[in-house]
Amino acid sequence: MTPLLKVRNLQVAYYARTGEVCPALAGVHFDLNSGEILGVLGESGSGKSTLAAALLRLLPTNAHIGQGSVLFEGKNLLEASPQELQKIRGGRIGLIFQEPSSSLHPTLPVGQQVSDVLAAHQPLDRRSLAEKTSQLLATVFPADADRVSHSYPHELSGGQRQRVLIAQAIACGPSLVIADEPTASLDPTTQQEILQLFRTLRQKFDLAMILITHNPALLADLADRILVLYAGRVAEIAPTEKMLSSPQHPYTAALMRCLPPQAGEAQRARKAPLCVIAGDPPDLSPQARGCLFEPRCTEAMEVCRREEPDAFAVSATHEVSCFRFAR
Amino acid sequence: MQPLLSVGNLVKRYAAPRSSGPHDKLAALDGVSLSIAPKTTVALVGESGSGKSTLALCIACLERPTSGTITFAGIDLAALDENRQRQFRPQIQLVFQDPSSSLNPRWTALEIITEPLLVQRRFTKQERIDKACALLDRVGIPRKMANRRADELSGGQKQRLAIARSLALEPKLIILDEALSALDCSVQAQISNLLLELQSSLGLTYLLITHDFAMAGHLADQIVVMDRGRIVESGSAERILSSPNHGATCSLLAATPRIAEAHVELVIS
Amino acid sequence: MRYVLRRTLHAVFLLLGVSLLTFLFSSLTPGNYFDEMRLNPQIAPETVAALRAQYQLDRPLPLRYLHWLNAVAHGELGFSFAYNSPVGPLLWVRARNTLLLTVTATLLAWLLALPLGVWSAARFGRAPDRVLSWMTASLLVIPDLVLALGLLILAVRTGWFPTGGLVSVGFEDLSPLRKLGDVAWHMTLPVIALVLAALPMLIRHVRASVAEILEAPFLRAAAGHGIPHRKLLYGYALRAAANPLISLFGFSVGTLLSGSLLVEVIMSWPGLGPLLLEAILARDLYVVIGGVLLSMVFLVGGNLFADMLLYWADPRIRTAASAK
Repeated sequence: MTPLLKVRNLQVAYYARTGEVCPALAGVHFDLNSGEILGVLGESGSGKSTLAAALLRLLPTNAHIGQGSVLFEGKNLLEASPQELQKIRGGRIGLIFQEPSSSLHPTLPVGQQVSDVLAAHQPLDRRSLAEKTSQLLATVFPADADRVSHSYPHELSGGQRQRVLIAQAIACGPSLVIADEPTASLDPTTQQEILQLFRTLRQKFDLAMILITHNPALLADLADRILVLYAGRVAEIAPTEKMLSSPQHPYTAALMRCLPPQAGEAQRARKAPLCVIAGDPPDLSPQARGCLFEPRCTEAMEVCRREEPDAFAVSATHEVSCFRFAR
Repeated sequence: MQPLLSVGNLVKRYAAPRSSGPHDKLAALDGVSLSIAPKTTVALVGESGSGKSTLALCIACLERPTSGTITFAGIDLAALDENRQRQFRPQIQLVFQDPSSSLNPRWTALEIITEPLLVQRRFTKQERIDKACALLDRVGIPRKMANRRADELSGGQKQRLAIARSLALEPKLIILDEALSALDCSVQAQISNLLLELQSSLGLTYLLITHDFAMAGHLADQIVVMDRGRIVESGSAERILSSPNHGATCSLLAATPRIAEAHVELVIS
Repeated sequence: MRYVLRRTLHAVFLLLGVSLLTFLFSSLTPGNYFDEMRLNPQIAPETVAALRAQYQLDRPLPLRYLHWLNAVAHGELGFSFAYNSPVGPLLWVRARNTLLLTVTATLLAWLLALPLGVWSAARFGRAPDRVLSWMTASLLVIPDLVLALGLLILAVRTGWFPTGGLVSVGFEDLSPLRKLGDVAWHMTLPVIALVLAALPMLIRHVRASVAEILEAPFLRAAAGHGIPHRKLLYGYALRAAANPLISLFGFSVGTLLSGSLLVEVIMSWPGLGPLLLEAILARDLYVVIGGVLLSMVFLVGGNLFADMLLYWADPRIRTAASAK
């Protein structure tokens, strides 16, 4: 089965006005199949938000996409014309940005903002448009869809705004939805509701998703596979179970050890210091040599300082970019 | 042992604005009582709208409660006028969730820490700088960052700076209002270690406001659960996490995202 | 509704205050119409005194003001010494002429500024935007006086346009359609002068507000949903950038009577401007006060209008206002 999305060697760099170049993504590659949920796990500076924007070419003007290809349904998005891109955005790929409070137009009613997405991709008359909009809102707002439709963003709660963003993303029945930190500013209960909504949507519409977050616990019950991003590179990619129970890459393993003891589990010593990842965030300048995690790695080898590792296969579905796994 | 802080039947009502959505009704405190023993950590857990931040603001004397008592080191703060309250401010400090908005991005790290010292008017310029450098060392910010502007620091460093600022006046109680929520996992671990270390070496008392039960369970001695302006359950951390009683506690615990037990066991070993 | 009433009440108080100040200042300026008369040896001093009494100039200031306020409330704006007629009708005719000019010019300027500003903002920092910025900066630097004079010279040299006035000689005999055409022909140059004077500022404001909004997250999000480019610019960006522009529009409305004085004088357009100028020079008290008051009504009204428009356009203001 051909993958829905094939990303190969995606490179993105930001150009500062002083002429400095800051590489944000340096050769990201992964596949995504239909109906699959891929979790992208990354901390600040890993390039996760850049990845979301780069896939649909929504980067700011000072960003430059280098080599690489993003093949979606057979078409390379990096070479698509503006018209083709406009049809794909929202039409075939839905996007849910961070920060629901600032991702909605402040002075338009929420219902209209959903209608606009529909109208942009489907030639509908006014009545069908209104009908489809209310159906859509009813999917994400089981209760008071009608009242919400006429509200303005500042009259809604964080969770409600997030649902509107989801409605906009799925409006035209896309085959892929990219969600960037969709539950970041929400309460735990609301968070669970949104995650449940994602599960329902995946079931109903056979939706593929790329879920970007810095919290591994969110991906545990939702994602099929997890991709770990470090310093703009893929550190490890594996099925969720494998990734959470036996992460292979030193960074992923260290990250999992950092987590506080899970609420309700057999108690480790409470108030004992947590494991941390020593060292500073990675040096992203273009002059950096070798594996970017090497300064903080407890298992670094000589070669790690000189060269960057390729992705080595640990199993058919598990790849790690670390020299410890080189054949 | 006498509690450091004890809140008695605190009530706070706001006039609700008209024509706002139901979620906008400002949380009232509806008869809240709790006590915090010195050198311990109490975690205040609840949904947004449950009143936790309102309680924190009242304790820090930034909001005046409608009725009730706030006894700190034997004195009822709620009954004092603003001038007398101000004398107690140095002893109760706050660290907020988002360091990008609680720190002036244009000021340098040094300026941010020396500001509270400046306001107190008790120290000479050299004393202020010395104290500030000592604090930077304490929280693990390299000296070379002292003259960097706040917006040039990373998220974790900013939060360390916020903690250093709160330590400047040698407080007894630090209120951490979702101070760890916005941080990455690895940074959360570092900051929580820092907080534990500061507590044991400086004898600090923490009131940790959070909706993350995992962090609460890890850092706190006592957990207090709030729902709609009231305390619905409180007890030792172990007890609350292993056998919660109240419905609100149970649903919050259930909602906390977690990696399944099987996964975690393997990681530890 | 309460919002409207509150703002209207503010406006009324403001107008009263302005009228008092204007009255005060004009009365306190040295000299009055009759000083000139006194210098004329052919007029007997008794006549001057009688005329002064007739115009009540010998009563104390507060009484004069109250008397005048009373008259205004009844719709009489006083009496013009120079023209020897009530101020009211005099002002209306001239104001009507001015409004003809300024309403046309304002509408035209805004209709041009909006698309040009949006176009410029969409290409912010790139060559086309820079060229337009350079052009507007140059236009901004040229004083209105020079613009008007320049156009006048054009009219004189080429004869394509009349060099002044509202209508041509023999206007009365023209057919209605021809009359319209005649007025339009006379209006062309003054309108061009006014538009050229106002356009650069408007374009820059539109450009700045829209450029700022184009960086906003919700616009990127809308682009991510595939909203077509034109709708993004006008339906989303311009709409979100509307607040400062609405205030500016209110200001445009506010200066409908007062902004064209210079152009009117130079191009001999029989509007409020030249009338006021003459009246000030001739110490024709009530005309000055009446003219200033009328301008103020427009200014305050314009602001009020902008407030109403903001209230209607921005739901956040509605929420905040009803919360108070």
